Amino acid sequence: MIIARILPDLGKYATEVGLAYGVSLGLLALLIGQSLWKGRKIKQRLQQEEKARKGE
Amino acid sequence: MSLWEYANPRRFMATSSWLLPPLVVMSALLIVTGLVWGFFFTPDDFRQGSTVKIIYLHVPAALMAINAWLMMLVCSLIWIIRRHHVSALAARAAAPIGMVMTLIALFTGAIWGKPMWGTYWEWDPRLTSFLILFLFYIGYMALWEAIENPDAAADLTSVLCLVGSVFALLSRYAVLFWNQGLHQGATFSMDKEQNISNVFWYPAVISMAGFVCLFVTLVLYRTRMEIRRRRLHALDARSMAA
Amino acid sequence: MIALLRRDLALAFRAGGGFGLGLAFFLIVTVLVPFGVGPNSATLGVIAPGILWLGALLACLLSLDRVFALDWEDGSLDLLATAPLPLEGVAVSKALAHWITTGLPLVAISPLLGLFLSLPVEAMSWLILSLLVGTPALSWLGTFGAALTVGLKRGGLLMSLLVLPLYIPTLIFGAEVVKRGADGLATATPLAFLAGITLGTVALLPFATAAALRVNLR
Repeated sequence: MIIARILPDLGKYATEVGLAYGVSLGLLALLIGQSLWKGRKIKQRLQQEEKARKGE
Repeated sequence: MSLWEYANPRRFMATSSWLLPPLVVMSALLIVTGLVWGFFFTPDDFRQGSTVKIIYLHVPAALMAINAWLMMLVCSLIWIIRRHHVSALAARAAAPIGMVMTLIALFTGAIWGKPMWGTYWEWDPRLTSFLILFLFYIGYMALWEAIENPDAAADLTSVLCLVGSVFALLSRYAVLFWNQGLHQGATFSMDKEQNISNVFWYPAVISMAGFVCLFVTLVLYRTRMEIRRRRLHALDARSMAA
Repeated sequence: MIALLRRDLALAFRAGGGFGLGLAFFLIVTVLVPFGVGPNSATLGVIAPGILWLGALLACLLSLDRVFALDWEDGSLDLLATAPLPLEGVAVSKALAHWITTGLPLVAISPLLGLFLSLPVEAMSWLILSLLVGTPALSWLGTFGAALTVGLKRGGLLMSLLVLPLYIPTLIFGAEVVKRGADGLATATPLAFLAGITLGTVALLPFATAAALRVNLR
C-alpha cells in the first residue's frame, strides 16, 4: 500500500504517535474551522444590519 | 460609511486586513515544513522510539498555551489602564486558541508519557499544571459569555485574568511540591534542552515558529470577529433603545 | 465596617440565615465518603486529610452565594456602594463574616469528622491548624468569586467554576500539612506556604473584589 510505504516505520508506538498527530491536527482543524465559520457568520450579520440601517 | 465607535478598531481592521493573507501563508508553510520534516525525516530516539515525533506538536502547543495566557494578561492590563477596546477583545479572541493549545499539549503530553509511565495519564507536575491552566481558560471564557454588557464583561474578565494569573503561577509551584516535594528533579523530563540533539532541534524550532504564526493569525482573525460582534451588539442596543 | 460585620453575622445566625448549612454539608460529605470507598480504616486514614480538606472547601463554596446575593436583590449593595466605607472595606467585612460563619465552624467540627475517617490522632492538631490558617483564603477568594458573578442568574455554578481552581494551592498545602502531621514528618514548609497564600490573599483580594463590585454596580 502506498500509505504504508510513505509512512516511516513507527514501530511499537504507531498507535500512540498516530493518535497524537490525529488528535492534535483534528483539534487545530476544529479551531480554525470554528473561527472561520463564526467569523463569516458575524460578518454577514453585520453587513445585513448595516444595510438595513442605511435603508432607514 | 459605516460608523465604528472608536478610532482604534478602525485602524485595527484596516491593518489586520492586509496582514492576514501573508500571515496565513507563513503559518501554513512553517507548520507544514516543521511537521513534515519532523515526522518523515528524523530518526527515532533510542529511548523513546518513534514517540519522540510527538515533540513537534507537544512543545509548540505547550509554548503557545502559556504564551496565549500571557498575551491575555498583557491585554487585560492594557484594557484596565488604557481602556483600548481592541485590547480587551483581543484577549477574548485569544482565549479559545490558548485553550485548544492547552488541550493539544495535554493530549500529546499524556501520550508521549506512555513509554515512560506505561499509562496514558500520570499526575506529572507539568501535565497537572496544564490541566489547571485549562480550567482557568474555561472559566475565563465562561465569564465572557455570562455577562451581557460588553464593557462590564471586559472589566470583570480582565480582573479575573489578573487574579487567575497569580494563582496559576502559585499552582505551578504548589503542584511541583505536591507531586515531588520542592527542589527535586523531575523523574521524567520533557525539557527540550536535555534530550534534544540538532537532528530534532531544527524541525522543532520551525514547528514552534509555525505555531506562533498560527496563533497570531488566528488572534487577528478572531479579534476582527469580536470587533464586529461588539459593533453588532451596539447596533442592537441602539435599535432597542429607539 | 464593624457595624456591617455585625449586621452580616446577625443575619447569618438568625433563623433562615443558613448558618448550619455549611456544617451540615461538611458532615454529610464526610459520612458519604466511606460509603463510596469502603469502610477499611487503613484506606480511610490515608485519604482522610484530603477528604476533610475537600469537604471544607466545598462547604465554603456552598455558602458563598449568600455573600452578596441577598444585598444585591434588595438593593442594600447599592447603598453600601454609596456609603462612606470604601468598597474594599465592604469586601473585607463580607469575607470576614463568611469566614466566621462558615470557616470557623468547619474548623471546630473537623476533629469529629476526622474521627469518622480514621484520621490518626497525631494529625488532629495539624488538621485544626491547617484549616484555621487556610480557610480565610477560601473565604476571601470566594468573596471575590461572588463579586464577579453577583446579579447573574445561574451565577452559582459559574462562580464555582471560577473559584475552585483558585483554591488549588491552598488545598494542596493544607492537605499536605495534615498528611505530614499524620506521618510525624515536619510540617513547617507546607504550613509556611499555606500561611503565605492566606496572608497574600487576605491583603490583596479585597481590591479585586471591590473592582468587581464597582463594575457590577454601575
